[in-house]
Amino acid sequence: MYKKRNDGRKFDELRPIQAKTGVVKRADGSAMFKIGNTRAIAAVYGPRELHPKFLQNPEKGVLRCNYNMMGFSGAGERVRPGPNRRAKELSMVIEKSLTPVLDLTAYPNAVIDIFIELVETDAGTRCAAICAAAMALADAGIPMKDLVTAVSVGDAEGTLCLDINAYEDCDMGATDIPIAIMPRTGEVTLLQLDGKIKKEQLKEAIKMAIKGCKEIYEIQKKALKERYQNDK
Amino acid sequence: MGELLVKTKEIVVPGQILANGMDFLPANGTFRENDNIIASQLGLINIDGRLIKIIPLNGKYVPKRGDTIIGRIVDMSFSNWYVDIGCANDAVMSSRDSTEFVEKGADLAQYYSFGDYISAQVTKVTRSTVEITMRAPGLRKLSPGKIMKVASSKVPRIIGKQGSMISLIKEKTGTRIIVGQNGIVWISGEPENVLTASEAIEMIEKKAHREGLTEEMTKFLESKCKNLKVIKGEQHVQEKK
Repeated sequence: MYKKRNDGRKFDELRPIQAKTGVVKRADGSAMFKIGNTRAIAAVYGPRELHPKFLQNPEKGVLRCNYNMMGFSGAGERVRPGPNRRAKELSMVIEKSLTPVLDLTAYPNAVIDIFIELVETDAGTRCAAICAAAMALADAGIPMKDLVTAVSVGDAEGTLCLDINAYEDCDMGATDIPIAIMPRTGEVTLLQLDGKIKKEQLKEAIKMAIKGCKEIYEIQKKALKERYQNDK
Repeated sequence: MGELLVKTKEIVVPGQILANGMDFLPANGTFRENDNIIASQLGLINIDGRLIKIIPLNGKYVPKRGDTIIGRIVDMSFSNWYVDIGCANDAVMSSRDSTEFVEKGADLAQYYSFGDYISAQVTKVTRSTVEITMRAPGLRKLSPGKIMKVASSKVPRIIGKQGSMISLIKEKTGTRIIVGQNGIVWISGEPENVLTASEAIEMIEKKAHREGLTEEMTKFLESKCKNLKVIKGEQHVQEKK
């Protein structure tokens, strides 16, 4: 049994969060999302013409994500930068979790590019990346049905923990369940599960994640508005 | 009964519920889902009677028929120029739509070449194409000047009511300025004057959602323009050439 979390949090408590938009000057929209020691920076470019031309779709636009962990981002060994198997999968997963909120039929033959850089990593990178990307999309003025909010829940030695950190994820070998939702409707856009978990516990984990997402949503909303309210 | 949940000029985020009930109608930047009207863009609320509209704070230019815009020539084929006007797809201008007489089979680069800036008008917008023309009064190839890019949603603020803001800047700095609806601004004149004018436009862009901007601008320009040599009437002479 896991009785007390190593960083002293309650089991349903998130790590401290910071969020900011407009952090990348040359991008059409950008955002930084920091949760605990995990920090993601997302930049959105577009909608713009898609090249090479054979990738274009005359029916609807294309959403393209690029997830990248920076070389120095981890706690120990240097991460080999560039697209590896894991980064490619996560790029795809993030893309799929953001597509439901966008109406891509408005941009035939065009592409919306999202570049997400992980500057510091301490588990929960794909969730931080999704939160940052959703904010960057809104900041770029792209019409969206809703924002997307994500958080991970872990099953560490039989105890459910919200927003697990690297110690719980890697050293304790917790089952990691990242979940992304649209906070207004509560629809789930991403649900992954690597490892073993009981059915009842999975249900409990989803409930826990949705509660955590609602908290993150408030922070996302505040950050989006803050950029324009501060210079008043 | 319908209930409004936001105030005019409030900043809203995508997915925020703006009103419920059928008393209100969704306009630009909003949509209806069941009983609710929901924001789809980050922007400022504008309530006009029953219509709820969002004025976006950021975002790409959405072309509309009749808009005067500024664009850059990026490509050309046998009979068309392709012009970057700052939206997702490049605009097309047929050789017949230029101000010049284009002979059959002539190389289009001798009229407008790569990187040239032109002012033009949008004639047709379909789902994936935009057509533009230069066959309207005042449209031309732009001579060397400073090109600035601002958010297209802020263009109305830069122009002001009946052009009050832009003519104020033109008059005080003695520069020639063209503002395209797509957010590209062309400024030409003495280097220092151009710098002051571009500073003024940057200031408007930053403070576009504030009130009392014209007075602030008058003050700013008066303090800045003391050292500038502005020849009155020069602007009109040059415009006629």
